[in-house]
Amino acid sequence: MSVFAFYLFAISVIAGGLFTVISRNPVHSVLWLILSFLSAAGLFVLLGAEFVAMLLVIVYVGAVAVLFLFVVMMLDIDFAELKAEMARYMPLALLIGLVILMQFVMAFGAWEANAAAEGLRAQAIPVDRHNTEALGMILYDQYFLLFQLAGLILLVAMIGAIVLTLRHRKDVKRQDVVAQMMRDPAKAMELKDVKSGQGL
Amino acid sequence: MADFFMNHPLGIALLIIGQIFLLVIPLLVALAFLMYADRKIWAAVQMRRGPNVVGVFGLLQSFADFGKYIVKEVVVPAGADKSVFFMAPMVSLVMALIAWAVIPFNDGWVLSNINVAILYVFAVSSLEVYGVIMGGWASNSKYPFLGSLRSAAQMISYEVSIGLIIIGVIISSGSMNFGDIVRSQDGDWGVFNWYWLPHFPMLFLFLISALAETNRPPFDLPEAESELVAGYQVEYSSTPFLLFMIGELVAVVLMCALISLMFFGGWLSPVPFLPDGIVWMILKMGFVFFIFSMVKAITPRYRYDQLMRLGWKVFLPFSLVWVVFVAFAAKFEWFWGVYARWTVGG
Repeated sequence: MSVFAFYLFAISVIAGGLFTVISRNPVHSVLWLILSFLSAAGLFVLLGAEFVAMLLVIVYVGAVAVLFLFVVMMLDIDFAELKAEMARYMPLALLIGLVILMQFVMAFGAWEANAAAEGLRAQAIPVDRHNTEALGMILYDQYFLLFQLAGLILLVAMIGAIVLTLRHRKDVKRQDVVAQMMRDPAKAMELKDVKSGQGL
Repeated sequence: MADFFMNHPLGIALLIIGQIFLLVIPLLVALAFLMYADRKIWAAVQMRRGPNVVGVFGLLQSFADFGKYIVKEVVVPAGADKSVFFMAPMVSLVMALIAWAVIPFNDGWVLSNINVAILYVFAVSSLEVYGVIMGGWASNSKYPFLGSLRSAAQMISYEVSIGLIIIGVIISSGSMNFGDIVRSQDGDWGVFNWYWLPHFPMLFLFLISALAETNRPPFDLPEAESELVAGYQVEYSSTPFLLFMIGELVAVVLMCALISLMFFGGWLSPVPFLPDGIVWMILKMGFVFFIFSMVKAITPRYRYDQLMRLGWKVFLPFSLVWVVFVAFAAKFEWFWGVYARWTVGG
């Protein structure tokens, strides 16, 4: 049963990745990418890492891919121009891709896995506690400082992005919520007694 | 026979399919009557009669609507992206339905008793936004697209505070399994043992976030009649529209179930000497649904910028501070350890 599920998820990861690349419509690409993410989450579940699987779905599918989709939908892309550009750079891209492939093959061919590392990998799933607890132990007890540093780096990146993009424009009218809530009928309108035949 | 259902792969598959039907069919039938109840409550508040023609007291109104939607013609806009256009309502309904797999109705009455149940529900409900975005984009029309963008932005914003509120409950119960969360609320004091008391402000925050997350009034901005046409579903007709509508309502009822499980002790009885059972769970869900309907009837619609401000500038900081507070209160067992219930239950 789980072998069947593995092949189902594995095939849909690969198919999703493939169609992400070859889809003509960028929105379809993102949708295929989402299928790929979801299938990867399924693979994590099969490995017994259900917490990581759920985080993958929440973070990548629920947040990151939604932003992708937003951006891609807003883009105004001329496909003919894009195709022409692609044809121009195709030889260079193929060359770079080939070089990277060669490097991977050479690195993998010369790779001798350490016996101790093999042993560690075999113990990936702790049997005496949930993997949520096990992850918590590793992140918050063993590698507490590194975890905090990673959080700090993300915070710095976030502040940097905000500083770079936030511009206060003077000519934009903004909503002042406090002022709106403090309004009452006495201040909001004025009653005038208009005589007939005369304007205000 | 029992051996066939327990060990043979086909037997297990048949058993699971049977359980799924046992869950989904009563859910959908209940949904028809909840839709009717919703309209009746709304009508009662406005001193109207509401649906009262089909069946006794109009009880069969939802079924009549259902039939009407089914037999209408499916209209597809000329420039629509057909595959995505028809996938969107399916995604919307399927995502709303699969979350029920981990919701327990009684002690052990759950389709899939997984460790990370509450995260699973959160993950699935964060996927519901795809139905909205895909529907709006695939219609190839400006109004649905604008409506879907508003709706999606709103759903994403309120997911953040829902996630933080859930973390507070997880810290208190020490587990992400709904069974353990409910059992950790058990105690000698009945109704006063449940999390609504120690997590009181979060109950309101969760209720309001749930309203925004499911696009219910007063946050039904995607279909604000005065500004937009009808949000992301403008171009939808017939069965696809019905699927969207059912999906939305299933998500609402799911939120009712979540509130009952997380804050009102699920199937636990409110008075210590009465037996626990599924009746309490259903009564609590009905009560929360009644609150949802009343909110729809008595509150005016929010403006979009007010909605965003409430989500990001009020709810997010407040729930973040609350998580820190609950973490400290649980660790150092402040207030007689009411926040550290993992010592009691799970």
